[in-house]
Amino acid sequence: MATETSTETSAGQERPAHRRRRGGRLGAFLFATPLRRHLVLAVLAMVAVSVALESTDAFRNGQLAAMAYFGIAAGGLTVLVGLNGQISLGHGAFMAIGAYTAALMLRGENPLPLAVVLVAAAAVALAAGALVGVAAARLHGPYLAGATLALAVAVPGIPLHFSGVLGGEQGLTVRVPAVPDWFADAVFFVTGQDPGRSRYLGYVGWFCLVVTFVLLANLARGRVGRTWRAVRDNEVAAELAGIDLGRARVLAFVVSATCAGLAGGLLALSARIAAPSGFTLSLSLLLLSAIVLGGLGSLPGALVGAALLTFLPQLATTLGQDLGLSDVRAAELAPLAYGLVTMLVVLFAPSGIAGWVRRRRTSPSSSPVPSGRHET
Amino acid sequence: MRRWSRSAVVVTAMVATGALLASCGAGGEREEAPAEGSTVGITEDTVTIGGHFPLTGVAAAGYSEIPTGHKAYYDYVNANGGVHGRNIEFVVRDDAYNPTNTSQVTNELVLDDEIFAMVSGLGTPTHGAVVDFLNDEKVPDLFVSSGSLQWGDKPKERPFTFGWQPDYEIEGKILGDYVKKNMPDAKVGLFLQDDDFGRDAEKGVRRFLDDQIVDVQRYTSGNTDVAPQIAALQASGADLVLGFTTPSYTALSQLVALRLRYQPKWFYSNVGSDPALVGSLLAQFSEGAVKGGAQLLDGVMTTEYIPGTDAPEDPWMRLWQKVWDAHGDGEELTNYRVYGMSQAYTFVQALQAAGPNPTREGIVEAVERAGGDFEGPALAPFRFSSDSHMGVSGMQLVELKGGVGEELTPVLVSDIGDAPIDEDDSAASDSPPENGIPDQETVE
Repeated sequence: MATETSTETSAGQERPAHRRRRGGRLGAFLFATPLRRHLVLAVLAMVAVSVALESTDAFRNGQLAAMAYFGIAAGGLTVLVGLNGQISLGHGAFMAIGAYTAALMLRGENPLPLAVVLVAAAAVALAAGALVGVAAARLHGPYLAGATLALAVAVPGIPLHFSGVLGGEQGLTVRVPAVPDWFADAVFFVTGQDPGRSRYLGYVGWFCLVVTFVLLANLARGRVGRTWRAVRDNEVAAELAGIDLGRARVLAFVVSATCAGLAGGLLALSARIAAPSGFTLSLSLLLLSAIVLGGLGSLPGALVGAALLTFLPQLATTLGQDLGLSDVRAAELAPLAYGLVTMLVVLFAPSGIAGWVRRRRTSPSSSPVPSGRHET
Repeated sequence: MRRWSRSAVVVTAMVATGALLASCGAGGEREEAPAEGSTVGITEDTVTIGGHFPLTGVAAAGYSEIPTGHKAYYDYVNANGGVHGRNIEFVVRDDAYNPTNTSQVTNELVLDDEIFAMVSGLGTPTHGAVVDFLNDEKVPDLFVSSGSLQWGDKPKERPFTFGWQPDYEIEGKILGDYVKKNMPDAKVGLFLQDDDFGRDAEKGVRRFLDDQIVDVQRYTSGNTDVAPQIAALQASGADLVLGFTTPSYTALSQLVALRLRYQPKWFYSNVGSDPALVGSLLAQFSEGAVKGGAQLLDGVMTTEYIPGTDAPEDPWMRLWQKVWDAHGDGEELTNYRVYGMSQAYTFVQALQAAGPNPTREGIVEAVERAGGDFEGPALAPFRFSSDSHMGVSGMQLVELKGGVGEELTPVLVSDIGDAPIDEDDSAASDSPPENGIPDQETVE
């Protein structure tokens, strides 16, 4: 007995050191470059997403799907505003373009595969973004805000004008394609449950989000991201360094609009409709406020903003109803809560929620990192 | 970095183990759902139902009062023992008249609140976003608050959805027939909302007035400048304008006509002719320049299909007033609350007809089989059957005077398509039961 315990303890003493070395080597391999790091994070995120989707009910699945499309649109916008220093009050319009593209392609008896539809939604928004981006690259500050504002107001008018094809005020209803068999079988094999449509859309949405975020994070970390930041920080210096200002701006706008288009396609699927009243100016403004709340230029911040957009109104309303408020009062609580959170964030965390968390982590008083370094 | 990567590895390992365990538990044959009817939302002593309404935003004026009418009537029924011993709980969600929100709140109602049925979901574009979802999920979608044809004309495709108010096409037909017979020389102009509302109505009107129409003008909801349309109607020489508009656009068109000194005979659809609301909107839009708005609508023709606040002595209105005084929120009784209570009355009838053990499939069948004979506040009977899910079949034309509707015709009933228009006031004489609660027999 005694010998056994002693061998165990000695093994136990040795193993951590051994494992640490191996973990370190593995870590060094996996985290050596930004691309590898982002891919590892993406795989982990996908695992976390499937755990989250499988452990929640269909209603929360639907909310998570909504969070995914808000997250994609906010991610694209935060790159444009935070990294490139352009402003867009018109991203709702690009979402509308993506949504209508998806809705049109999903009509008829045998629609194309969902992946093709979503890529097309993003591609059409890309084209529109290029067009607008060329104009936007020439404008600054309030002029750019004004031009994109006009876009947000004008685009929902297009379906009203071409009501024959685009369904006018009532919009185009979208039938969510059936869950593909291979996907249903895979999920059933793992969990023993058939995935409903909202769970399927949750997977589709978050897969798109993870892919988009990996691409955006790589862009931001690489040469393109550096050019964007240079243009944002000092135009003259950037130009002296050989950066084509216009090209950098148009590229940022196109990337951002493409994300919004993809988000719009997902929105049409989740909401089962593309209608002008879904893409009012308030959608564009909400997106902008979401990235400010989350933290400008930060992808995790965009995700936090998307979560606020999705969950806060419903939580506030439910809370109001639990407190015995009338339905109208409870409904009015949602914008109130959102406004209050905005004010609090602006007052106490001017760099957004993600920025605040990062500062807390790196400030020396509260950080465990230095003591950890002493140990190793 | 090292610490971080180590914990990442641990997390991955844990999740992978979890997934493995889960996969061991599954993999068998899938079970079939039981064939019995669904009783989601039903307990021993409650029935939970829900609806989506614009409680905030531009469309909230007026419409947000409809669910308060519903709640007051359900409270009244609950206070008197409920339906088959069950209390009705009505969950109201705000969609701000945005179809994207409608989808989300309907998800919440169906999947989270687990309602037995959607009752009185409001609006054509908004409800259009969820109607297929509700039918896919087999949730009864009763008495949609919109007169679009799509809720009832294809019961095979949407077996769970039922309309309630008269559709816009029969309103157009009844109106067209009246104008043809009584104003054969009128030059008719149409002022239409550019969606199902205007389109269905135009279809009905054109059946009778095709050669009398001199001009058609349309507006899109959201664009508040209707001056070009009204000026065009004036230029066309139309001396009778038929408006199928929402209350805001009734007020806007009246204001523009005042400014242009254009004084044709006006008709407005019952959707947009509530004198009290239009009057207050007129005062609001003109920033107080136009006063006594309800009187401004004197001489305007419209239609009625349920008794409203202009007839306080009607036995139904006396019932609604009693219910509202006891269970309302202290505000005034308006036509929108009356509308809500009238719908609630029909739902109580449907629930009674579904029997002591209601199921989702059962209530649909009950409405199909017994709904045509429901006696209620509506002036004309419902058209519910297995072939049609259309709501109230008729209405009467009235002329407004001092905010009160004076009869121009008896109750006229019809149906979509080329169904004839007949006089039928059989349902108009229905009076409420003594205790104010319907007593519908269970459908066997």
